[in-house]
Amino acid sequence: MPKRTDLQTILLIGSGPIVIGQACEFDYSGTQACKALKEEGYRVVLVNSNPATIMTDPEFADRTYVEPLSVAILEKLIEREKPDALLPTVGGQTALNLTIELAEAGILEKHGVELIGANIAAIKKAEDRDLFKAAMQQIGLDVPKSGIAHTFDDAMRLKREIGLPLIIRPSRTLGGTGGGIAETEAEYDRLASAGLAASPISEILVEESIAGWKEFELEVMRDRQDNVVIICSIENLDPMGVHTGDSITVAPAQTLTDKEYQILRDASLAIIREIGVDTGGSNIQFAVHPGTGRLAVIEMNPRVSRSSALASKATGFPIAKIAAKLAVGYTLDEIRNDITRETPASFEPTIDYVVTKIPRFTFEKFAQTPDFLTTQMKSVGEAMAIGRTFKESLQKALRSLEIDSYGFDDKGRGVRCTGTELDDKLRIPNARRIWYVADAYRQGYDTEQIFALSKIDPWFLENIRQIIAAEQTVSLAPDALRRAKAMGFSDVRLATLLDRSEEEVRQARLTHGIVPAFKTVDTCGAEFVAHTPYLYSTYEHQDESAVTARKKIMILGGGPNRIGQGIEFDYCCVHAAFALKEAGFETIMVNCNPETVSTDYDTSDKLYFEPLTREDVLSIVEREKPDGVIVQFGGQTPLKLAVPLEKAGVPIIGTSPDAIDRAEDRERFAALLTKLGLRQPNNGIAFTVDQAVEAARRIGFPVLVRPSYVLGGRAMETVYDEEALRGYMDRAVEIGPGRPVLIDQFLEDAVELDVDAISDGETVIVGGIMEHIERAGVHSGDSACSLPAYSVAPQVLDEIRRQTIAMAKDLGVVGLMNVQFAVQRGEVFIIEVNPRASRTVPFVSKVIGVPLAKLAARVMVGEKLADLGLTHEIVPTHMAVKEAVFPFAKFPGVDTLLGPEMKSTGEVMGIDRSFGVAFAKAQLGAGTVLPLEGTAFLSVEDADKPGLVAIAQRLSRAGFRLIGTGGTADYLAERGVTIDRINKIQEGSPHAVDEIRAGRIHLMINTPKGSGAQRDSFPLRRAALEWKVPYFTTIAGAAAATGGIEVLQQGGLGVRSLQEYHGRD
Amino acid sequence: MRALLALADGTVFEGTGFGAETEAIGEVVFNTSMTGYQEILTDPSYCGQLVAMTYPEIGNVGVNPEDVESSRPYVEGFIVKEYWETPSNWRATQSLGDYLKDHNIPGIQGIDTRALVRLLRDKGNLNGVLSTRDQDRDRLVRAAREAPSMEGQDLVGRVTCAKPYDWDEARWTLDQGYVKAAGPGKHFVVAYDFGIKRNILRNLVQSGCTVRVVPAGTPAAAVLAMQPDGVFLSNGPGDPAAVPYAAEAVRGLVGKVPIFGICLGHQILGLALGGETYKLKFGHHGGNQPVKDLTTGKVEITSQNHGFAVDVDSLGGKAELTHVNLNDQTLEGLAHKQLPLFSVQYHPESSPGPHDANYLFRRFVDLMERER
Repeated sequence: MPKRTDLQTILLIGSGPIVIGQACEFDYSGTQACKALKEEGYRVVLVNSNPATIMTDPEFADRTYVEPLSVAILEKLIEREKPDALLPTVGGQTALNLTIELAEAGILEKHGVELIGANIAAIKKAEDRDLFKAAMQQIGLDVPKSGIAHTFDDAMRLKREIGLPLIIRPSRTLGGTGGGIAETEAEYDRLASAGLAASPISEILVEESIAGWKEFELEVMRDRQDNVVIICSIENLDPMGVHTGDSITVAPAQTLTDKEYQILRDASLAIIREIGVDTGGSNIQFAVHPGTGRLAVIEMNPRVSRSSALASKATGFPIAKIAAKLAVGYTLDEIRNDITRETPASFEPTIDYVVTKIPRFTFEKFAQTPDFLTTQMKSVGEAMAIGRTFKESLQKALRSLEIDSYGFDDKGRGVRCTGTELDDKLRIPNARRIWYVADAYRQGYDTEQIFALSKIDPWFLENIRQIIAAEQTVSLAPDALRRAKAMGFSDVRLATLLDRSEEEVRQARLTHGIVPAFKTVDTCGAEFVAHTPYLYSTYEHQDESAVTARKKIMILGGGPNRIGQGIEFDYCCVHAAFALKEAGFETIMVNCNPETVSTDYDTSDKLYFEPLTREDVLSIVEREKPDGVIVQFGGQTPLKLAVPLEKAGVPIIGTSPDAIDRAEDRERFAALLTKLGLRQPNNGIAFTVDQAVEAARRIGFPVLVRPSYVLGGRAMETVYDEEALRGYMDRAVEIGPGRPVLIDQFLEDAVELDVDAISDGETVIVGGIMEHIERAGVHSGDSACSLPAYSVAPQVLDEIRRQTIAMAKDLGVVGLMNVQFAVQRGEVFIIEVNPRASRTVPFVSKVIGVPLAKLAARVMVGEKLADLGLTHEIVPTHMAVKEAVFPFAKFPGVDTLLGPEMKSTGEVMGIDRSFGVAFAKAQLGAGTVLPLEGTAFLSVEDADKPGLVAIAQRLSRAGFRLIGTGGTADYLAERGVTIDRINKIQEGSPHAVDEIRAGRIHLMINTPKGSGAQRDSFPLRRAALEWKVPYFTTIAGAAAATGGIEVLQQGGLGVRSLQEYHGRD
Repeated sequence: MRALLALADGTVFEGTGFGAETEAIGEVVFNTSMTGYQEILTDPSYCGQLVAMTYPEIGNVGVNPEDVESSRPYVEGFIVKEYWETPSNWRATQSLGDYLKDHNIPGIQGIDTRALVRLLRDKGNLNGVLSTRDQDRDRLVRAAREAPSMEGQDLVGRVTCAKPYDWDEARWTLDQGYVKAAGPGKHFVVAYDFGIKRNILRNLVQSGCTVRVVPAGTPAAAVLAMQPDGVFLSNGPGDPAAVPYAAEAVRGLVGKVPIFGICLGHQILGLALGGETYKLKFGHHGGNQPVKDLTTGKVEITSQNHGFAVDVDSLGGKAELTHVNLNDQTLEGLAHKQLPLFSVQYHPESSPGPHDANYLFRRFVDLMERER
């Protein structure tokens, strides 16, 4: 059945900002869908609020809207673009939820927009717990005993009916936000109320706990002829009870016989048919009782999911691309398999390797949340590894995480423990459980004991046992070394075990010719010839890498997403691949993050799905002998490798590793600034606590302290006095020789600016100067920012330009550079310089309409900016605001105050003609609906009180009732502002938290300073977060929000595409 | 235990042995199923073959008394990347290695099985010798070269039953295992055993048939004398052209009784209708082959295991093409325009593999209903 010709324009909804549970896998799926639909000749209209995505690059759609994902905005967009159809299944839960809202509001019907890929009935049947349960019973499948509660009373009734332990899952939330397992009455009561609050429709599923059962997932595709195929089966190493996004998962399923597997397959086919997903991919999760095989269906996602991204990368079958083609009418047998070219897409991939996905956590950033894993997802990224055996695959996965763990070593595991403490670590799922399993074997536990505690299937445990047993027999003798490498041991791990250096192990290996072979991911177990070089390493003999004699450039990707290093860097890597392909180079991508566009096999000419360690990268370099390697696009991960790779003779192109070092090394950087006559805040370095105190006294409090060489402001804090400094040193850092602490003057009340610039070695051009909305002291990744700057004087901007260019020239930057400036009372300070792609490159590129990363890649291979058409800085006439998105709701007990340590997971962009509207859009995009009326609650520290007066007056004029705590209310009242007084929490009920809970506060401005005030007001901010009250914790943010409210009161928000902003439409 | 796999082209793979300490000769074939090694081992169609699994982790689920397709394993030898001695599955009763040892079958692990598969894909299936006791490479290669070709070998005689027997076991379920037929079926089917897989018999029983299995050499007259409602032609090993007696018997049945053939049975039916068969380069062995049912336009994912195929052109109007393989366009199913017969090259009984094609048993029953 050929494609439909009655459709012209198709609307795609993206997934919005990166949040826990919804990461860049939806950029991957959306990009694939855009490409596939454009390829078929459709006019594609895309909307996504996330500027860091590849899909929002103007060339991927005919019209690209970087606008908030709300019903009102979507309706405007639909009126404007008149799409014939909407494809809702490639933008995650966000797109699906929005589609339901659009349908329920009658907007789709009114404008004649047809849903393709999934219909509302099917979506509801899959998403609504009652309907889903009924559907499963209809086809004779079991589901765990459960019930739905809409009120706390319902929840109490269910507790009695089903009995503890129970799982609570809020409806329609991302990654199971607000859910968990309750073993006790108290836990249950707390989770039930939190879950009801988290659900946008105030609904929770209360379910029989089947924690400990085996967990499986199947990825299913169906076409409109009712042909159904399974793309991949996945088995979770962590049994039921841990969110699948937080589980180590393995493809294919390892511990089922064919008869048992076919039960799952038959059930999957029956489910997709019963639910009625017309075309496209779905993900179905099953639990299997380990002792009886009893099957329970857990859930079904009637859309492309995180698991489908994983399944695509694990098998080479591009699920999102095929789903898009099926949605426009093709059938599976009409679509070719890109990899074999000869065979159709109507088949089930078979794989001849083992894939391991491992989540990356960030508990260290949210110290108040204990490291327990539950049914609520908490990981911020993941790595995937491929090996010919599970042992090899698992050990590669461990080192892919980049947590300084190169196998089952002590570093990744943290503290050593024994006895009941160890038993608890095995029994209660946590981020480091797999390392504890390894250690349990070292301490003499057997598989049966570890299984009894962890319920991890003995097959997985036995694999770990074999690895630990092999630790005893490793040596540098050729046979032993080859055996160890085939089991996946890294050189670093072997070096530790043998008390040698990594280089010694490597040399021993090379002497004996023990090098990896590269094998192809081909969907078919080598039954057919593969035409796409998608490769992984393994210690076997036959190599399939088919190295060409072409000029080639290798791009090192960013590895697993984490806070501080995410999709923005993948965006840059992908652009480098595209640009260099266009310039005639063979492009080689190395990365291990399955969620990304960079690991799509058609992004570059060759893809090596490998860990980004020195060893793994060198193995590829030795095979491919690239003409150049790019390390400056993937964030800190490849940058850390620059010097070791260069030392090993690898040709690093672009800015030299020496220049990178000049910018990163404190002393060399200071020398550079002195030479150029530029200023940085006073600073010092300390190797002991006393040195730190002395340095701080010399610089003058407040100071900013942080450990050296960290990314994303890890463990960085502003301290105001000596006591706080000593407290920080005790609590937050390990100080000592080789582990110094850096101390900087903290510029109070300074404006921060971020500059992205590009240089070809001769000409430096500023890409954009972004002004932060929050004052200095808030991590640049967490601060909202405006491009162009909205308040800084032109002569200051010129000075910033001058300094940027001077530094770029002196460093000899070839490629991108990012500089952070602070401006205090008109004086310009340099905070830091990063001669590499920054987090803001995609944002700037989208605002100015120039693909900076692409140009940077071209200059790195010797071209000049002038020849590439970039001759001057482009200062846009429109305004764009980038706002950060935070995971606080996922981390109970964590404060929402912003500081020097980065905590945001993603970003959105608001773009419009004025700053106020752009800011309001950015807030809306980030999920903050600015209120147009109601009550504003104000409680600020003394230093902020003068700045609050104007804000209070404006809010008052805008019709808001104001309430405030004692000091704030008095201060404002004295200055003629009408404001009511309300109790602080400590003053007793009725206090501000009561009012928030009662829904009587609609906006909150709260800026406490000092640890006491912050501790006292913490419940306020948590309450605002949980009850979804827009809140601002900086005066600058509050001022911008007030401006946004004023603009919104004057009228609704309009929409405009990037193509129009860039004057290309 | 060191082990060698020597191929007729001179390639020798060195690995570690498991299973029995012995030596086996056969045609080396690869199977791409990720699950179901126990069913594969016990499929009589693999008689005369050394089977390499493309999926690298094998033995994970051990063996159990239920997942068998015949009374014993029929592969000559088993080739895997990594063998698991410690099974993990609630139904497992024995390790794979012990099972093979009990049946004197050698296994080799720790070799680059993907390299082997690529070799077979490029050169076509080769004869090989798997030895877990002799390390003389030259002798093993020589033995592989001297081994007879699959073509022209009657392997059916080695696997067919000695005398007729009745079958009354139906399909497996998780809760009940195998269930016996409640009583006599609606249709009486005589099944030729060319190396029949039990799951075919179970599916016939499940579909309401009473089944009698007869040896491959049973003449048509003897079958007709049993007055069956339908005749089933089973799968089996090797070259269909090497068992002319089977095609001969089928010629005596065509048009007289509804016939359903699977795999070798399909090829024999093709020969009986006047067609020809030929050897595929490396055959189809796996559980993911897409087949299109030309009568409905639907695609089914099928379980396959065959090294020979019926030549479409040779049938020239004698039969109708009903199923085609979408990977390589080979013939997967035929039916006669007038006469009550049809057959498929693949395995609707699956085991191992997907159940998509199970409807064919219903189709056979419907055919018998119509012809009653």
